[in-house]
Order: sequence, then C-alpha cells, then structure tokens
Amino acid sequence: MGAWFWWMIFGMAVVTYIPRAIPLTFLEGRELPEAVQNVLRNIPYAVLGALIFPAVFFIQENVWFGVIGAVSAFAIAFAGANVILVVLGTIAILSVYGLWFG
Amino acid sequence: MQEHGFSSGLKAGASIAIGYFPVALTFGLLAKTTGLSLIEATAMSIFVFAGAAQYISLSLITAGVLPVLIVVNTFIVNIRHFLMTAALNEKMEPDARWKKALYAFGITDETFTVLATQPGDKIRTSFAAGVIVISYGSWVVFTSLGHLIGASLPAFLQASMSIALYAMFVGLLVPSMKGNRKVVSLALIAALFNSMFYFTGWLSTGWAIMVSTLASAIVIEMISRKGVAA
Repeated sequence: MGAWFWWMIFGMAVVTYIPRAIPLTFLEGRELPEAVQNVLRNIPYAVLGALIFPAVFFIQENVWFGVIGAVSAFAIAFAGANVILVVLGTIAILSVYGLWFG
Repeated sequence: MQEHGFSSGLKAGASIAIGYFPVALTFGLLAKTTGLSLIEATAMSIFVFAGAAQYISLSLITAGVLPVLIVVNTFIVNIRHFLMTAALNEKMEPDARWKKALYAFGITDETFTVLATQPGDKIRTSFAAGVIVISYGSWVVFTSLGHLIGASLPAFLQASMSIALYAMFVGLLVPSMKGNRKVVSLALIAALFNSMFYFTGWLSTGWAIMVSTLASAIVIEMISRKGVAA
C-alpha cells in the first residue's frame, strides 16, 4: 500500500470518530426535552433487537448454526446466567454441534 | 477502590474481548491477503476501531475503489453511532468534555450495548474506560496476531466463536426483558423492521440498524404513553 493508504486511514479515523464524539461532548450539561429523553432511553433495547436479528442467522453458511446459537443463547440467558456464561455456553454448544454435525 | 469503577468495567467488557477475538483475528488475516502490511493492518485497528467499516474497507480496496469513497462509505456505515452516543449520554455521569471526547473514541456497537444496559442510574467514566480498554486491547492485539500467524482458528472453533457477539447481545437483553413488556416490544419491533430492510434490500446494514432502532423507540414510546403497553 502507498501513501494513499495512510490518508485513507486518517480519513476513516476522522469520520468514525465524529458520530461517536459529537453527541457525547455537545450534549454534556444540556437537558433534552422530556419526549426526546424517553425515546433515547428506549434506544439500547431496540438496538439489541436490531443487532441480533436477522444477522445472527447468517453467521455461517449453514443457517442452523445461527438458529441453534440463538436458541441456546436465549435459553441460557433466561435460565439466569450472566453475560459471560451465556457467551461461553453458547460457544460450547456450537462447538459440539460443529464437531459432530459440521 | 470505588465500586463500579475501572476494574468492574474490565470485567463487564470481558465478553466483548472474547467476541472480538475471532473477528479481529480474521480481520488481520484478511488484511494480509488484501496486501496490507502488519503495521498497516494494526494501524487501521488502532486508529479506526470499527469492525464493520474495517471489513468493508478491505473488500473495497480489493475492488479498487477510490480511497475517498472508502472514507465516505465508512462515514455512512458509522452514522448510527450518532444515535447510540446520544442515548449513551443520558446514561453517563456528567464529566469534563475532554474526558468524554476521549472515551467517545471507544464507543462501538458492543461497548455501547454493554454500557447502556448496565443496571443503575448513572455510569461512571472509569467504568466506561474499563469496558473500552479491554475491548480495544482485544481488537488491536488480535488484529496483529491474525496478520502474524496468517491463519485462523480451527474451523469448528472459528464457526462456533462467530456466535460470541450475538450471544453477548442476547445475554445483555434478556435480563431486562423479564417481566418488562416494553423492553420485549422494543427489541421485537426493531428486529422486525431490521429483518424487513434486510430481506427487501431497501437499506444497507448501517442505515437499517439505525432506522429500525429509531422507529421502534419512537413507536413504542407513543404506544406506551397512551397506556397500552409497558
């Protein structure tokens, strides 16, 4: 790669940083309207829904990987396990599935 | 040492570090096959720290796309972070602007979800720093390692570990879902919107996640204010 690559990295770094930094710094100490605050409080749970579905089904070409993974993760999480156990447990289940049926 | 400070943050971010491991390793490997040197691949992870955008940039480099267009595309893919950091700002303790500008660099989909779903009222800056340090460390170190080793994990492990970040999202969501219809509806409606955008191809991934999230957050807020849900 030539010098252009470093200019590109610089550009990518700047445009990635802007959407991260502007709200956090600009909104500091400002009170948003109640209605906006309420919507913003909903964002984390909505984001999680959108981040999980439908992408989880396409982690491998074999769609069953995603289906079994999603079901396992929800089952382990509903059983009351903490996040790290959900992650490790789901990986373990898919490893077994992959070794036997992959 | 105070509670919910840096070391609690490191702990809370451990799932992200595990989830980034296979993704960063593969990125390092793909960067190598794309023709990036070890320094170049690592530098991208150090300065950009955005998984999806970095992956896309590799395929665009291979396709011979103009660098300036790769930068524009990176911006488009990351526009959703405007929404996430605006939401996160409501949850963070007030602090000096320079500190917020500093940790803003480390807000990804994953660090955002871990921070924003923490129980309790306000999150301390030191806690956020802990979550970010362990995630960023994993991303950068395993990018280099992927390039150095030039091979990925054994196939079965690579496949099973590709679930890690999704399992983490589920693990963050479920405790809030229990007994809370509003949270269930928020996640469900956003998932449906996002699936619709995916299968119709109406919006690219970055936009789809942002529009679905915002639409769900607004719709559910309007419904719950009328006292139907929640």
